[in-house]
Amino acid sequence: MSDNGRVRLMQGNEACAEAALAAGCRFFAGYPITPATEIAEILAARLPQVGGTFIQMEDELGSMAAVIGASIGGKKALTATSGPGFTLKQENIGYAAMTQIPCVIVDVQRGGPSTGLPTLPAQGDVMQARWGTHGDHPIIVLAPSTVRETYDLTVTAFNFAEKFRTPVILLSDAVVGHLREKVVLPDPSEIALVERKAPTVPPGEYTPFRPDADGIPPFVPVGRGYRYHMTSNVYDEGGFPATNNHAVARQLMERLHQKIDQHLDEIVLTDEIATQDAEVLVFAYGASARSGKAAVKLARGQGIKAGLLKAKTLWPFPAAQVKRLGERVKAIIVPEMNTGQLVGEVERAVRRLPVEVLPLNRYDGLMISPEQILAKIKEVM
Amino acid sequence: MASATFKYLRPNRLPHIWCPGCGDGIIVGALVRAIDKLGWSKDETVVVTGIGCSARSNAIIDFNTFQTTHGRALGFATGLKLARPELKVVVVTGDGDGAGIGGNHLIHTARRNVDLTTILVNNSIYGMTGGQYSPLTPTGSFATTAPYGMVEPAFDVCRLVEGAGASFVARGTVYHVRQLEELIGAALTHKGFSFVEVVAQCPTGFGRRNRMKSPAEMMKWQRDHAVTVEAAEKLPPEKLAGKFLTGVLHHEDRPEYTEMYRQVIAQAGQEGGRE
Ligand SMILES: Cc1ncc(C[n+]2csc(CCOP(=O)(O)OP(=O)(O)O)c2C)c(N)n1
Repeated sequence: MSDNGRVRLMQGNEACAEAALAAGCRFFAGYPITPATEIAEILAARLPQVGGTFIQMEDELGSMAAVIGASIGGKKALTATSGPGFTLKQENIGYAAMTQIPCVIVDVQRGGPSTGLPTLPAQGDVMQARWGTHGDHPIIVLAPSTVRETYDLTVTAFNFAEKFRTPVILLSDAVVGHLREKVVLPDPSEIALVERKAPTVPPGEYTPFRPDADGIPPFVPVGRGYRYHMTSNVYDEGGFPATNNHAVARQLMERLHQKIDQHLDEIVLTDEIATQDAEVLVFAYGASARSGKAAVKLARGQGIKAGLLKAKTLWPFPAAQVKRLGERVKAIIVPEMNTGQLVGEVERAVRRLPVEVLPLNRYDGLMISPEQILAKIKEVM
Repeated sequence: MASATFKYLRPNRLPHIWCPGCGDGIIVGALVRAIDKLGWSKDETVVVTGIGCSARSNAIIDFNTFQTTHGRALGFATGLKLARPELKVVVVTGDGDGAGIGGNHLIHTARRNVDLTTILVNNSIYGMTGGQYSPLTPTGSFATTAPYGMVEPAFDVCRLVEGAGASFVARGTVYHVRQLEELIGAALTHKGFSFVEVVAQCPTGFGRRNRMKSPAEMMKWQRDHAVTVEAAEKLPPEKLAGKFLTGVLHHEDRPEYTEMYRQVIAQAGQEGGRE
């Protein structure tokens, strides 16, 4: 492909759709909702061009179910929604976490609660992404702050989903989803793709939920000679319900968590800007990270030693990274377009350190400006 | 007969967990014998269920089997069938699962005409959760949540899915097991969305509360109240009062969803789609 084809003016949602195709996504099921709808509209046109399937389901519950069904059938599958629709998908996101089905869910956040500010940006679903389902299970949540990052993290989301056999949530927001930016897309040959791990034993010896040393059980789509049963109840390594067996229940829960916890180095993605000599740190993600970056630049221009830690992975939370920088700075400022969801995690990460953690929140449908963050930086310096 | 059934069971999953006298086992038997007659392989056949007593049908049968979430089996099955149209996909659901919580998915799957077979076990009650009323509980019957008698009218679920666009609709009973096996067989071979309502007994959740003392008595009720569509044609309306029809209630051939979508793929490849 010529460089020209790769330099594009593109919306975040468009980057997500294009990245999904590049990542090998061949199935989308969804239900329209602002500000996520463009992802469905683009894939309705693009998927059949590559032999894939698009379906607009009757609601979000059916969409999430169809995505899991398609993944069981061996396809990389995606759905995209916003807050209220994300809530409706939660029961089946839990199903995918429990049964270890790879799939990607995009939540382009908008202002809430409920239908709140339907077309305005917010970051109010951070905790819903982590704890929206019932019961305890790990989850991977990635949050882009630019159009190019939306592209890259969408590919990463599919790769993590396939590798770790888990639902992965791409937590975008109305700013990043609707923003148009010039992007240089990667050459398709540079994009590393991960495919789910197939069993190495013949069908008769396949134990569908027995994990390998890496904590992840091999997965084979239906109809390939490996018959198995799958259930949302607590199950044994053979996949059959074991709801009266406390030891099996405990082991399953531990295994679900371990397969993520064992791989934190690979899963937790952060960027650092001007952190080497920073005396004050801005911790930000998504749209707020854009303002955070600009604020750090403004501060440096005025001789203030500020730095940015940008989380691209929100869950599992980058606690080690926060702690490492928290040992060196006076204060950490956490701008969020909500009443303070991730700030508690930052506090937890530095709870034994003599560092001040300062929330900076906005929940009126407007972005936090670089000037607001700069003003907060000056307060602590 | 029995051997065909056992050929498809997972011996280490037995005994099953159903109450004595439950109709679910008879339905599983009819289903696997119908599949056996068609010669479908265990590997190409997939059985998807939601949650409920009837959903426990699938762990014991040796196909690719998936127990999904309450009411959502048809969503899973739709995704799977669209992803892998060559697979034979059967959904087993309850009256609460299929017509209550999953009612929206039922009508839309019927409308799309996805090539799936849905067997809805109508035991008039929510069995697994212990006898609460369902959208198919007859008015006036008792349930744990209808201690004064069911106030709401019940769906005629066959007319519901026919109205929604199902291209094959049939009703059978657990008592008329040979007819049931044939109806399921016809549904499985139908191209498009096929639907079989099976009138079944739940002695524990429904019978006890509604003065039907034994499973046998409940099955005799099925025998005495079922009239085949063929027989009904010759009967005067007064003889049909209080009876229900069994057999193939509706059958038409219309374009099937995954085949239609294959045309979309062919067209998109040529035109590049319209944005
Ligand atoms: C979202 C959700 N709501 C409720 C339940 C509880 N629940 C489990 S089975 C069931 C009723 C099933 O009744 P039906 O579909 O008629 O099947 P049956 O047990 O009679 O075969 C209910 C309400 C659940 N598992 N999930």
